[in-house]
Amino acid sequence: MYRVEVARAFRRPRTYVLGALLGGVAILPSIVLATTSGGGGGPPFFEQLRHNGLFGGLAGIGLIVPFFLPLGTGLLSGESVASEASAGTLRYLLVRPVGRVRLVLQKYAAVVTLLALAILWVAFAGVVAGGIAFGYGRFPTLSGDEISAGMALLRVVGAVVYVAVGVTGLAAIGVFFSTLTDSGVGAAIATVSLAIVSQILDGLSMLHAIHPYLLTHQWLAFADLFRSPIAWDAMRQGIELQIAYVFVFLLAALAVFTRKDVVS
Amino acid sequence: MDSLDLTVEKGVLYGFLGPNGAGKTTTIRMALGLIFPTEGEVDVLDEPVFPGQGPRDRALRRVGALIEEPGFWTHLSGRRNLQYFARTAGPADDRRARLARVDDVLRTVGLDQAGDKRVKAYSQGMRQRLGIAQALLGSPSVLVLDEPTNGLDPQGMREVRMLLRRLADDGVTVFVSSHLLTEVEAMCDRVGVLARGKLVAEGPPSALRSSGDMLRVEVDDRARAESILSSVPGVTVDGGGTAQLRVRLKVPATAAAVNAALVGGGIAVSALVPEQESLEDVFVALVEGEETPR
Repeated sequence: MYRVEVARAFRRPRTYVLGALLGGVAILPSIVLATTSGGGGGPPFFEQLRHNGLFGGLAGIGLIVPFFLPLGTGLLSGESVASEASAGTLRYLLVRPVGRVRLVLQKYAAVVTLLALAILWVAFAGVVAGGIAFGYGRFPTLSGDEISAGMALLRVVGAVVYVAVGVTGLAAIGVFFSTLTDSGVGAAIATVSLAIVSQILDGLSMLHAIHPYLLTHQWLAFADLFRSPIAWDAMRQGIELQIAYVFVFLLAALAVFTRKDVVS
Repeated sequence: MDSLDLTVEKGVLYGFLGPNGAGKTTTIRMALGLIFPTEGEVDVLDEPVFPGQGPRDRALRRVGALIEEPGFWTHLSGRRNLQYFARTAGPADDRRARLARVDDVLRTVGLDQAGDKRVKAYSQGMRQRLGIAQALLGSPSVLVLDEPTNGLDPQGMREVRMLLRRLADDGVTVFVSSHLLTEVEAMCDRVGVLARGKLVAEGPPSALRSSGDMLRVEVDDRARAESILSSVPGVTVDGGGTAQLRVRLKVPATAAAVNAALVGGGIAVSALVPEQESLEDVFVALVEGEETPR
């Protein structure tokens, strides 16, 4: 099931359109900075990109996290089960037979895999574009000292892993929604909406008491990987929170789906 | 569904008849573990389908099914759809065996030419064929097909009927639902009739006819004809139009007796046509029999 799911995604033209789009976003910072001069603020890691091309990957990730990432997560996870229901393939998978628990878990695993691949792709495209534009030298950390390019690349990979872990919670919620309905689009929109609400609440400082529990609160904490020494606290918090969300919503999805009458 | 008790013997081609909404699809979905019955049990190949968490897989792996419409990933070709279904679950040898059969089953349903076209571009009949191919992929011991001839042209229907007959003769248990009496009559060994969630009749196809033959009689004076016929034993008038009657014949009534009675009563009979009984008629007869047991 899992392998077939991932393989099937690579048979869809949609996957390549989205890949091209994300690649475009990833190389955007390098193009903008290479064709303009002068300082001024920008999104995270924009300024640093002039010093080292590796920042291109981070700038790319920073650009997709607020919008494209929840969108992609919502789309993939929301469609996971519901789109099979509306296509009429769900009943045939179940009588194949694919066990219901297995179906939900492997769908989820496939969604997370595809999201991780997308994030890796963005980082890769950003790093390559940044390298072409600005080269890779010694890497200035956010704390002011320098680390080797090799060590910095390792941390970029770490950032990819962290961001991928960061969406596991939202993906679990999406899969849960997807077991509730036969409308993949509906589940996707619900999931994306939830991420948007979380980001809005995260922006209201009066609500700082609930911020640590918001799904999206620590999404940008991967920046801490580029301090010296690395500040782990926010990331640890973020990972723990995602584990809790994954646990709760996957259980909920299983509880719903293993009892559901499949009439689609 | 209401306390349905149904047993299908191995190797039998079983026709499951019922009008739309009788519960045929619901029964099939329950048999395949898609819908949970509120009470009762389902066994497939002597394995329970709702065993708690037990060996449901073992039973279903030997079942091929077409449930209402076929369902496919329409952006993929027919062949690739079958390959994905083959690969998607089960032990390695089962997956390999199914993969190896993809070309075979495509040929069986006459889609070997169209196998590489996207399902999106298939006609309804082609999708139906692909659905049957998918059901056959695992060399099933039990084949459950919900209205398998839906959307097929007469030639296609005949091919499917012959295919099912051949499979049953080879020892596959075939369970076919249909709302077409003639279709089921033409090929099945045994027939069950479902109405309003209940099994109202079961037996060999000929048994369904016990409700009597139908006759369409065209006359010049319907009202008088009706009153004459009401005194002929075994004859019941069952609807009709301004100048025609539908008459149900039970032993000892015959078409000749009806004709003689009408002509003897001075009625001009312009036509006397034996009618193929519609499934609706069979149901009406069966359901009435069920509800007024005398």
